[in-house]
Amino acid sequence: MSLTGAMVYALASVLTTEVLGGVTDSVILPTFEDGPRSGRVIMWAALALAGVVVFRSAGVVVRRYYAGVTSEQTQVSFHRRLLDKYLELPLSWHQRRQTGQLLAHVDNDVEKVAEPLHPLPLSLGAVGMAVFSAASLLLVDVILAAVAFVIFPTLFGLNRLYSNMVEEPSAAVQAGVGATSAVAHESFDGALIVKTLGRAGHEHTRFAAAAYALRRDQIKVGYIRAVFESTLDAIPSIGVIVVVLVGAYRLDAGAITRGDLVQVAVLFTILAFPMRVFGYFLEGIPPAVVARRRLDSVLTEQSPSPAPLIVGNLFNGDKPLKVVVDDLSFGYGDQPAVLRDVNFHLDAGEVVALVGSTGSGKSTLAMLLAGLVPPSTGSISVGDRELSDWTPTTRTEAVALVFQEAFLFGASVGSNIDMDGSAGHDDVVRAASVAQIDDFITGLPMGYDTIVGERGVTLSGGQRQRVALARALVRNPRFLILDDATSAVDPKVEQLILDGLRAELSTTTLIVAQRVATIGLADRVLYLSGGRIQAQGSHTDLLDVPGYRDLVTAYETATT
Amino acid sequence: MDPSGSADSGEAALFDVPGELRTVDLIRRGLAVSPEIKQGLIPTVMLGVAVVASRLSVPVVVERAIDGGIAGDRSVDFDYIFGIAAAAAVAVVFGWVAGIWAERRLVERSATAIANLRIRTFDRIHAFSMSDLNESRRGALVSRVTSDAEQLTRFAQWGLFAFSIEPMVLVGVLVAMSLYSWQLTVLVILIYLPVWPVFRSLQRQQLKVYDEMRGRVGDMLSSFSETLGGAAAIRAYGAERRFDAQVRHDIDERYRVRLKANRYFAGMFVMGDLFSAVAYVVILLVGLWQRHTWGLDGGDLVAIMFLVSLLQQPISELSEVLDQAQIAAASWGKILGVLERPIDVSEPVDGCLLEPGPISIEVQDLDFTYRGGDQALRGVTVSIPAGTNVAVVGQTGSGKTTFAKLLCRLADPTAGSIKVNGAELREVDAESRISAIRMVPQDGFLFDSTIADNVLMGSDEPSEASTNGHRHRRDAQVREAFEVLGLSWWLDRHPPTESVGQRGENLSVGERQLVALARAQLADPGLLILDEATSAVDPEIDEALTNALQRLSTGRTMLSVAHRLSTAEAADLVLVFDQGQLVEAGSHSDLVAGGGVYSELHRAWIGNTRTAR
Repeated sequence: MSLTGAMVYALASVLTTEVLGGVTDSVILPTFEDGPRSGRVIMWAALALAGVVVFRSAGVVVRRYYAGVTSEQTQVSFHRRLLDKYLELPLSWHQRRQTGQLLAHVDNDVEKVAEPLHPLPLSLGAVGMAVFSAASLLLVDVILAAVAFVIFPTLFGLNRLYSNMVEEPSAAVQAGVGATSAVAHESFDGALIVKTLGRAGHEHTRFAAAAYALRRDQIKVGYIRAVFESTLDAIPSIGVIVVVLVGAYRLDAGAITRGDLVQVAVLFTILAFPMRVFGYFLEGIPPAVVARRRLDSVLTEQSPSPAPLIVGNLFNGDKPLKVVVDDLSFGYGDQPAVLRDVNFHLDAGEVVALVGSTGSGKSTLAMLLAGLVPPSTGSISVGDRELSDWTPTTRTEAVALVFQEAFLFGASVGSNIDMDGSAGHDDVVRAASVAQIDDFITGLPMGYDTIVGERGVTLSGGQRQRVALARALVRNPRFLILDDATSAVDPKVEQLILDGLRAELSTTTLIVAQRVATIGLADRVLYLSGGRIQAQGSHTDLLDVPGYRDLVTAYETATT
Repeated sequence: MDPSGSADSGEAALFDVPGELRTVDLIRRGLAVSPEIKQGLIPTVMLGVAVVASRLSVPVVVERAIDGGIAGDRSVDFDYIFGIAAAAAVAVVFGWVAGIWAERRLVERSATAIANLRIRTFDRIHAFSMSDLNESRRGALVSRVTSDAEQLTRFAQWGLFAFSIEPMVLVGVLVAMSLYSWQLTVLVILIYLPVWPVFRSLQRQQLKVYDEMRGRVGDMLSSFSETLGGAAAIRAYGAERRFDAQVRHDIDERYRVRLKANRYFAGMFVMGDLFSAVAYVVILLVGLWQRHTWGLDGGDLVAIMFLVSLLQQPISELSEVLDQAQIAAASWGKILGVLERPIDVSEPVDGCLLEPGPISIEVQDLDFTYRGGDQALRGVTVSIPAGTNVAVVGQTGSGKTTFAKLLCRLADPTAGSIKVNGAELREVDAESRISAIRMVPQDGFLFDSTIADNVLMGSDEPSEASTNGHRHRRDAQVREAFEVLGLSWWLDRHPPTESVGQRGENLSVGERQLVALARAQLADPGLLILDEATSAVDPEIDEALTNALQRLSTGRTMLSVAHRLSTAEAADLVLVFDQGQLVEAGSHSDLVAGGGVYSELHRAWIGNTRTAR
């Protein structure tokens, strides 16, 4: 559509000059020379003039509208593809990327890719015009046409040169935009720390450095572009001058008439505007190529191959699942292993506490068991199946992990609990009651429909944790992992939660625990130390293990 | 926050420009915040005039050459033609140089102005209070200093030059026209005059749409940002589909508004074209009709018709550029909304200084109400002598964290007063307050850097290790901070040069808290506020830390908000909060004996932490 519009425009533009010429020859000049023409002739002339301009305008509107639509469609399709990719790629991929950079792809890179699409139809129209003009030039005079054939290809040569020169600084600008976004994102994310540490000055320096680096590269690109644009402006003018000179010789030689020369000169002038637009188009290409490359680096990222779909009812049902961990090792990137040769099992329906000192790898183990990160070596089987064989959907339906740091979304409390919208309101309320947060929620102005701020900032840490706990309980998971999920809850409430869990729990449960009462919930205790399971057994048995005893009885010994 | 606000309009309400957006207003306000735009403007404009002159001179010169140098077919005055061509070539070269020069100046000015605008906006955002920041979506704030600034850059690159040149071209063409016939020129001006009001009214609607568009872009980025930040939770709960739907909705909303804006984009441009149709017809008819009265000849009329077609380009380009200007204006409005928003916790100009050493606190009839209307604290009065070790306990939502936040001035009380060392807290100099009063929040947020950088953030040490000796000194400082807290064993496993990852996510939650404590310790403040600062560390380390902090608290006032009552057991003074009120205050043993709220909390604590053998 936009191309049709562009062609209409190109055609109408050339037609306009024809009509103008025609009107001049048949109406204006004769009127002055021979007296007035008949009213009808004048009316026709006026109508033809108005008609051709309106025709051209229609072409413009169609072209611009559809060029815009094409550009928007391109952008929206990139946004959707990025979204799919971001949701598809594994957690480990996200952990290695800065949120600010990923946002810059969504924002700046997508816009840059779409930028040349606006002038594209007109540029193609301009090419059409140029071809058309070249043809009509050939009809007038071969030598004069040669001028055009020399001048216009230089545009392309010029563009290649420009592209080469601008590519590197242009990539630097894109990277700079990403870097600025990353600094701003992190800085606003850590606003509380920035305030309490009085870091605003340092953050200023950090951001200013990024902004000025970006400015430097922008100026570098701008300087190159200034030369390119100015040259682009000059080329048609030079063409006209050359045409006049060459034309004078041809005229002298009797090859062309004066009218021919005027026509050629006017043609060159008319071509200036589409050539300008073509220049815009060419200018937009190098950044678009860079942006495309940046986007492709994300979009071509290999998503984890979908797990084989296991047919049968193995994963259906609501019975607790058995968990077996065999020779499991795990390390982040190239850092030393956090977990080494971990072996243990959880019987179906068993409640087991995982105890270990700060930084011993408890949370890492919890993430592995939930299937969020794959083990480096060894295996985890849940319900007699390798965890890696589970499809993400069956896995998340059966296994629930409550994080130590509850991440709430800027949505209603109710939808924060019922994350996938599959539970009924009664289930949500029941889960919230066990998590001891129902009373608080019903006291909110809009109850379960109250919106919590982004990341749940409007709630206290303890409240957030309890909402997150309810989020897991509402799913009736067959394997529940609680990663120190009540650490910010005060003791009285924690006791109520634990009582509720004790009464409710009929699933296989692993509780990462710090306090004796929490440990007391468990049938069995795993003691994690130095990346290994050092001991396992009942709490009382483990009290004979020195490291374990020191760890869990620290509060008692402190006051006795 | 306003609970009725839907998630996607929450941001728009906050950092928005009051009243109707008007271009003139925007420019005035914009110049007020970016004065550097005005610097060196006149030479740039002069260069612009040179470019225009050169551009207009070429067709004139050509016309002269053909008219004057070529008498008829086969009779060419070559000397004259060469002279004219040389003059035209000079004009072209002159325009080429002036064009490069003008645009370089423009690029440099605008890039500088935008960089400074970004930085100013960034600083301003950090100056807002936490409650203001918590009410806005972070993604939207980020887009103020990124996406919105990018829009300005785009305008500066593509539109600004044309924006300043084209009006001059317009005037130039009109002047040329008037040389042939001033009457017809007046007529042309009269015909084009209605373009202005039509433009204006379209423009106003357009600005509204573009403003909405910027808002939608912010919404979309916020959704993306949340989806990225919550990557772990989304994957653990298989909520991909829900977030897919939510973000897709915001993508589609942006798309919808952009398409709406596109209609203006397509329509505006053509306005000039349509008017030119009228102009052609009117000039033709009136020119023919009045040719004797106005003394026109055929050449004049043809020349004017030709000049009308020359008017076309500047008007088209201007309407194109105006469109870009609207987009830029919408972004500018969003940025100005941040820059002009008053800061609710403003720092005193000549604030008083806090002496080093322990700080005494006097709190009198303190009330605090959140903007949404929740009263968090009511009539709190307490006096804390310098050097006291205070524990603040209470249920979640009892107001204890709010109390701690007010003490380090993350917000100002709604009523009542807080005095530190006898001075009103809000009268204390910002720098002095920050170095004397330190809070360690529960969320151990770390910056994506090394452990050493994060620990040293609390001190005055510059963050870049430039020399070897310097690096050693930094390491020694970090080690010492961990050592006094009894944590040097941890540093043996994690060297100071280890990177902590985004938000500190390479470390466990408990470990992040250890780093945050070391950071606070290094600053050696006169008042140290710990807001559940050890909630995620194991009991053994917690005990060790409590003891270490206890030892270190001689010479400083310490206030710990804690639900682990082991902290309270060791404190000189325990403050118990319940539903926003200070209900009990005293020593641990007195309060246990008193049989109130505290003794109940304590019973629960004992039950949760004692081994049932």
